[in-house]
Amino acid sequence: MPIEYYIMLSVVLFCIGVVGVLTRRNAIIIFMCIELMLNAVNLMLVAFSKMHHGAEYLTNPTSTAGTDAQLFVFFIMVVAAAEVSVGLAIIVMLYRNTHSVDVNFLNRLKN
Amino acid sequence: MSTTVILFWFLSALALLGAMMVLISKNPVFSVLWLIVVFFAISGHYLLLNAQFLAIVNLIVYAGAIMVLFLFVIMLMNLNSNTEPQKNTWLKVAGAIAGGSFMLIMIDVLIDAKDMQTKTALIKEGNIGLIKNLGRVLYNDYLIPFEITSVLFLSAMVGAVVIGKKGEAPNQ
Repeated sequence: MPIEYYIMLSVVLFCIGVVGVLTRRNAIIIFMCIELMLNAVNLMLVAFSKMHHGAEYLTNPTSTAGTDAQLFVFFIMVVAAAEVSVGLAIIVMLYRNTHSVDVNFLNRLKN
Repeated sequence: MSTTVILFWFLSALALLGAMMVLISKNPVFSVLWLIVVFFAISGHYLLLNAQFLAIVNLIVYAGAIMVLFLFVIMLMNLNSNTEPQKNTWLKVAGAIAGGSFMLIMIDVLIDAKDMQTKTALIKEGNIGLIKNLGRVLYNDYLIPFEITSVLFLSAMVGAVVIGKKGEAPNQ
């Protein structure tokens, strides 16, 4: 499968996430769009990993080229899980203080 | 068309449809459910690329744990009927234009990249994605980052408890 297709799919997914962060005002949906962007990057990393492995695979079927990228994806997932737990705690705190999850209410931070 | 190609296009279309519906849905619960569809499609892509460990971890961690956490928070706040007020149309248009321009620039760069036009990703072959090989590299070369990750999890756990705990709110 050409690598361009995977890059194209990841770029479109990432941009949908960017548009979501820019247009929606619900803090939870903004957070989900960030997860969408992280997953687009993960997909691209795995595709590039298989691209490098495929180049080595022709000459040496037992090569381990490309393993590092998949471990990067693993660490990205780990960091995303930690980030979600803290972020949702912040959203719960925001809801408890303002009774809304609209991020426009956060402009009171500037005072 | 082989089965692999059909599966690739089906999973890509499913991922894009799910991502669009995450944006379009007014109800946050439906957004979460569509995001789970996106995660399943991306896991299918991982399986197609023979990255089986990542496919399973993606399902367990994202679709299993994180999305349940999102649903739990939405249900806890009773947000499922609360749609956000439709104001600031200009802000939405500006956001869509900004994101669309970014996508156009990235796709234009990709079309111009002569280096990438001959490269292909290895499908259905290669065993670097199996848990045996990944585990060997993880516990040999990446042992220190792996251990630091546990400290990160501990601090995230403590942080979530400290932030979410019902205490005296400072400005009320």
